[in-house]
Amino acid sequence: MAAIISIQDLAKTYEGGFEALKGVSLEIEEGEILALLGPNGAGKTTLISIICGLVSPSSGSVSVGGHDILHAYRAAREMIGLVPQEITIEPFEKVINTVRFSRGLFGKRRDDAHIEKVLRALSLWDKRDSRNRELSGGMKRRVLIAKALSHEPRVLFLDEPTAGVDVTLRREMWELVRQLRAEGVTIILTTHYIEEAEEMADRIGVIDHGRLLLVEEKAKLLHQLGRKELVLELTEPLPELPSPLEGFELQRSEDGMRLVYEFDAHAESTGMTRLLGAVAEAKLSLKDLTTQQSSLEDVFLTLVEEGRTGK
Amino acid sequence: MNWQAVLSIYRYEMNRTFRTLAQSIVSPVLSTVLYFVVFGTAIGQRIDTVDGIPYGAFIVPGLVMLTLLQQSVTNASFGIYFPKFIGTIYELLSAPISFIEIVIGYVGAAATKALMIAAIILITSTFFVDLTIAHPVFMIMFLVLTSVSFALMGFIIGIWAGNFEQLQLIPLLVITPLVFLGGAFYSITMLPPGWQAVSLFNPVVYLISGFRWSFFGLADVPVGLSILAISVFLAACLTAIWWIFRSGWRIKP
Repeated sequence: MAAIISIQDLAKTYEGGFEALKGVSLEIEEGEILALLGPNGAGKTTLISIICGLVSPSSGSVSVGGHDILHAYRAAREMIGLVPQEITIEPFEKVINTVRFSRGLFGKRRDDAHIEKVLRALSLWDKRDSRNRELSGGMKRRVLIAKALSHEPRVLFLDEPTAGVDVTLRREMWELVRQLRAEGVTIILTTHYIEEAEEMADRIGVIDHGRLLLVEEKAKLLHQLGRKELVLELTEPLPELPSPLEGFELQRSEDGMRLVYEFDAHAESTGMTRLLGAVAEAKLSLKDLTTQQSSLEDVFLTLVEEGRTGK
Repeated sequence: MNWQAVLSIYRYEMNRTFRTLAQSIVSPVLSTVLYFVVFGTAIGQRIDTVDGIPYGAFIVPGLVMLTLLQQSVTNASFGIYFPKFIGTIYELLSAPISFIEIVIGYVGAAATKALMIAAIILITSTFFVDLTIAHPVFMIMFLVLTSVSFALMGFIIGIWAGNFEQLQLIPLLVITPLVFLGGAFYSITMLPPGWQAVSLFNPVVYLISGFRWSFFGLADVPVGLSILAISVFLAACLTAIWWIFRSGWRIKP
């Protein structure tokens, strides 16, 4: 697939000296869902804001669909829909007018059929004549999405789309994102919910302290960095580790009923055979034996930690 | 040019005006009536005519200008400050539009509303005094030029303002005194020579004088000078706005 967004050495230093981005390069492929994962203040929103034209870059370049965001900003921005993090919406206007206005700003002729389709997809059609301020928080967020979709963008940015959103709406949003992807829309979402990235993304980029630590396909990322755990449930509590098991770095639960062995599932030697031999040698009686794949959250924390210690 | 966007902004802003139409009209009409009662009737009995024009009619151009300036500035400053305040300005910045289109949309709507109210005041005043308009084309030109250039100034104020107090500050502290001291209710020739000279530094003098000339054919300063003054002011505002968008001042970090 071809890159729809190409980011080269993008850096941003705000007035006052804060370096929000320190040279980010990234290619975003057409039709994918890319999740940018990072703690608060990592530079996710700055990155999005530069691409969308809200913030001026200090150096580096970005092109969208081959159009430079500064020199060919009209062509670049026409392709983009942005759903901002904060709920910012004109309180006194009617829902439908707000959405129509957004379409007009992007230079598109009024198209009531499209607006109706968008509003229906977001369960806003019944609320079309309500004033924005009369809506609940979740509904307002939907209006923001409707505005972003009003001009049929090819690329959709969702900046923390589910922050402070209830479970139902979150599920609905995920569903909508999948539907848009099926229509060929490229989606970039930022989140600090690992669950969201894990659920939605094709690829995941991890950002911290203004640097892109890694971009990888989700499955591959989990595969590459995934650690597994072998959990041994014992029939009797173990007051202390018997000598054959020393040297395996086992974690013993407080009640002594459980031993956990962490290993790299893709290493040549996992050490599992030796461990099980040692278990037999120590004459431990096992009730259960399970392995667990580590979650993306563990992967993420490892990466951020490594990024900070400069490994 | 993204005319669709210009039209969208213009419509959206006009929509805002029509939502609050009653208050938009009632208050200027009421204040005009009050001015007529106080200046036209009470004071007018003591000042019979100014340069041969009945005092009641003489103050009409000044009154119209006063409202036009205030309305142009406040409409435009509020129009752009509000999206900045509530955060919806993100949409303007991320849309495929240039600053020229943003300005035409907002300033156009602000000027239109100000012109509508000026027209209402002019019509209201005909209930109190007999008015003849000597140069209607020039009158319209003065109205349009003034409303556009002061709406541009309002736009700058709206971008500059960091809070609602600052938004009120310029209209209250600058516009109103300049209009009152700019010969809205008197001819500057009625002032002692020293104050006449000082008055010539007041840009509003040129506006009111030129505008009054379009009604009665009489002016405090030459009409050409009035047109020049307002053109210079217009150019200055346009330059300032061009610089604001180029540098991203107060809108784009």
